Amino acid sequence: MSILGNRVLRREDPKLLTTGGTYVGDLDLPSALSLTFVRATIAHGRILGVDSKDAKRAPGVVGVFTCDDMGLAPMPPSMAFLNQAMARPLLASGVVRYVGEAVVAVVAESAAAATDAAELVVIDYEPLAVVVDPLEALKDETLLFPEVGTNNCFELQFGHDDRFFEGCDVVVRQRIINQRVAPCPLETRAAAALLEGDGRLLFYSSTQSAHGVRDTLASSLDLAKESIHVITPDVGGGFGAKATVYPEDVVTAWCARRLGRPIVWSETRSESMLGLGHGRAQVQDVEIGGTRDGRILAYRIDVVQDAGAYPAIGAMLPFMTRTMATGVYDIARAEFNSTSVVTNTVPTVAYRGAGRPEAAAAIERAMDCYAAEIAMDPGELRRKNLIAADVFPYTTPTGTEYDSGNYVPALDLALEMAGYPKLRADQQARRRAGGSRQLGIGLSSYVEITNGVPEGEYGAVEILPNGKAIVRTGTSPHGQGHHTSWAMLVADQLGIAMEDIEVIHGDTDLVPRGVGTFGSRSLQIGGAAVNQAAIEVVDKARALAADLLEADVADIVLDKPGATFHVAGTPSISRGWAELAQASLERAGEPLMAEVDLPTAGATFPFGTHVAVVEVDTETGQVRLVSHVAVDDAGRILNPLLAEGQVHGGIAQGAAQALVEEFSYDAAGNPLTGNFADYSIISAAELPSFDAAFTETPTPRNALGAKGIGESGTIGSTPAVQNAVVDALSHLGVRHVDMATTPERVWLAIQAARADAGNGTKSRKGAA
Amino acid sequence: MEVTITLNGTECTHDVEPRTLLVYYIREAAGLKGTNIGCDTTSCGACTVLLDGRSVKSCTVLAAQAEGRTVTTIEGLAEADGTMHPVQRAFQEHHGLQCGYCTPGMVMAIVSMLAERGDHVLTEADVRLGLEGNLCRCTGYHNIVEAALAAARAPELRL
Repeated sequence: MSILGNRVLRREDPKLLTTGGTYVGDLDLPSALSLTFVRATIAHGRILGVDSKDAKRAPGVVGVFTCDDMGLAPMPPSMAFLNQAMARPLLASGVVRYVGEAVVAVVAESAAAATDAAELVVIDYEPLAVVVDPLEALKDETLLFPEVGTNNCFELQFGHDDRFFEGCDVVVRQRIINQRVAPCPLETRAAAALLEGDGRLLFYSSTQSAHGVRDTLASSLDLAKESIHVITPDVGGGFGAKATVYPEDVVTAWCARRLGRPIVWSETRSESMLGLGHGRAQVQDVEIGGTRDGRILAYRIDVVQDAGAYPAIGAMLPFMTRTMATGVYDIARAEFNSTSVVTNTVPTVAYRGAGRPEAAAAIERAMDCYAAEIAMDPGELRRKNLIAADVFPYTTPTGTEYDSGNYVPALDLALEMAGYPKLRADQQARRRAGGSRQLGIGLSSYVEITNGVPEGEYGAVEILPNGKAIVRTGTSPHGQGHHTSWAMLVADQLGIAMEDIEVIHGDTDLVPRGVGTFGSRSLQIGGAAVNQAAIEVVDKARALAADLLEADVADIVLDKPGATFHVAGTPSISRGWAELAQASLERAGEPLMAEVDLPTAGATFPFGTHVAVVEVDTETGQVRLVSHVAVDDAGRILNPLLAEGQVHGGIAQGAAQALVEEFSYDAAGNPLTGNFADYSIISAAELPSFDAAFTETPTPRNALGAKGIGESGTIGSTPAVQNAVVDALSHLGVRHVDMATTPERVWLAIQAARADAGNGTKSRKGAA
Repeated sequence: MEVTITLNGTECTHDVEPRTLLVYYIREAAGLKGTNIGCDTTSCGACTVLLDGRSVKSCTVLAAQAEGRTVTTIEGLAEADGTMHPVQRAFQEHHGLQCGYCTPGMVMAIVSMLAERGDHVLTEADVRLGLEGNLCRCTGYHNIVEAALAAARAPELRL
């Protein structure tokens, strides 16, 4: 019987649970120096001078470096379509563009000595005008790169059709702020670099892509890829923000080469809040038009994306937002326009969902606004407009081809699990009773794009002469459990016990090629590559067995429970994996191994429906998430235990954005939420347990039938929770509340609605 | 200054600066890297250890304050033969960890919570409130709470 689909416990766990794991900061590197950075304290300013004299003389200091000392070219925006003139220097050069930007590197014998010396560096700034608000940046009045002449770093402009909403009985408009949030992996960024005996650079990185780090270091330091060896030890979370190589990584490597000693860089949380990229940060204007009876005819969305000070992955998020702009709905006409602008803030990068939660939040809020306008139940409105199951593959009006889907059952199951009719009845009862604790029910039917920037992946399976297997993968897990999942896949194909299958990842010397773990891509492409390699190694073994047993290869069968090959009909004469691996070495002089570079057949499109229930105190604006139902469809599920874990984590991060988390700045560009005391990272006490279930609609785009599950939770939950908050207040006339739905925002929205009601006008606006 | 602590059952003495926090004593002076650091504002709880059997955030205690006392870290929880503590086992059985970084602190906080409960039967609300000072970014807390409640039912931990 196949092990696939079972709740197999993680083999990663005993080590993590008994030793606490080995993260970069735990490495024992004798004679290592510590690197720290002096960071910009103003959001925009010209650097008039850097005085490092005292720092250089401080106890234990080995080196103090500025950008000029390094003499390395700036890092250009990683994607060619971003404005390439807005390159990011490795240390600020001439100008600082956000608070937290690294200006000076300080290397000392200990972390304490480096920190103390960094305090002694004096930087003289001439302040420049600051722009924090992306809508202000759009005006190009304050420029971050005057020589470029605009803050625009990327745009997708297709124009507006004046007759777009013709034929619509109803058109509803809403401005939506999808606020800036901080990814907050529990392990901050860290790296260590040293020169090996042969002069190669060994680089330890807390990253989601070992090979990506190697390639970027090679180009930044002008070194051959072969001269760099990257290892990822245990990685304490990434959430997309560690899929990026940061200037500090390059500086760490440069210092090791310059000083000839191992260098360790491990940032503090307060540094990380300003150093690790941020997520989301879109301003959206949505317009939805349709008939009075709930048929959507047209959907338009205009996006301003805040890219932060230097264009990075965040700048291209609107591309992903556009790709799934119309969500799960069959809408004939859609318009999408976007502009990404630089501002004097931390650069934005990928954060769990990366452009897709923004798309889902926009259309799911629009759906509820439309439902409110025509007084239709949000569930009914959704059901009426879902793309039918028999039209897949389905091409959206923005040109995306969804692979497979069956949306209605997920909606029905979610409503059933939530007890929807009873919830509505409870809500009515509370409204009639008129107390201050009102109930809100929020729906979100979402689609998601996984392996959305479609790339292939490397996988290999090698059989050792002792009959055990080694799996090499180009994925880069940091909590996802690939040691367990990939071993399950290989055990299923080979019949070798899971405990005899070792999985190797995140070492560029041991794994020749790899892309990494981000965009919920790992199983559908990395797991599929490993699976394919396992199939091919079985084919090779079968040919060897045919040779050894002097039989036709077509007659050789693999007895999986016994992990042996025999001629069909004569199971008593067989050859095991060990014998075949030895035969391969003896006969062909090569290990019994199959390597696969699996090309992708394209992105896949998971989907589902979430139902959130909140209780809102209308006197204080306090919101409590009471329950959350998630029905997700990620195609065929390999290990439900791990899939549920991904969903739970995603729900929490999505609910966190809807309820409490927001990275904010004052008008001068000073961060107001630069540590864990000020940033409201969500805790166990603010969340309920979740009710998660799956429907399974396989994708035809890989042999496993699997889609990604890493980000669905975030994408589905955020609008469900936000919609629930608005729903709790809808009877008071509130039509929208921006995230995070803090007590202040909710309270203000209630006051504004009451004021409007008093004036006899109908409000469609929420609080600012 | 010299600070002597019984760390995971072994008495150790290290010469550290008076300003040294307990977490740095554990990680750097004693070389036990299982206790992690996740913030600099006493918010995240990744560094939670047991001080005389009760959980503390070791970033918020001076090493000197632990002089002569007993400290238990994640490395000291399993039995000598490697058998995991019921809380560790519950974490694996309920998939209570993903990246593992918050895990040592979470486990120690729950061990303390279970030791301090007396004859009170812990509820989900108790566990959630009790873990408010321990942040996790991967699991959404769901399975951590499950693991804690399962460990609370473990016969070995019954009073």
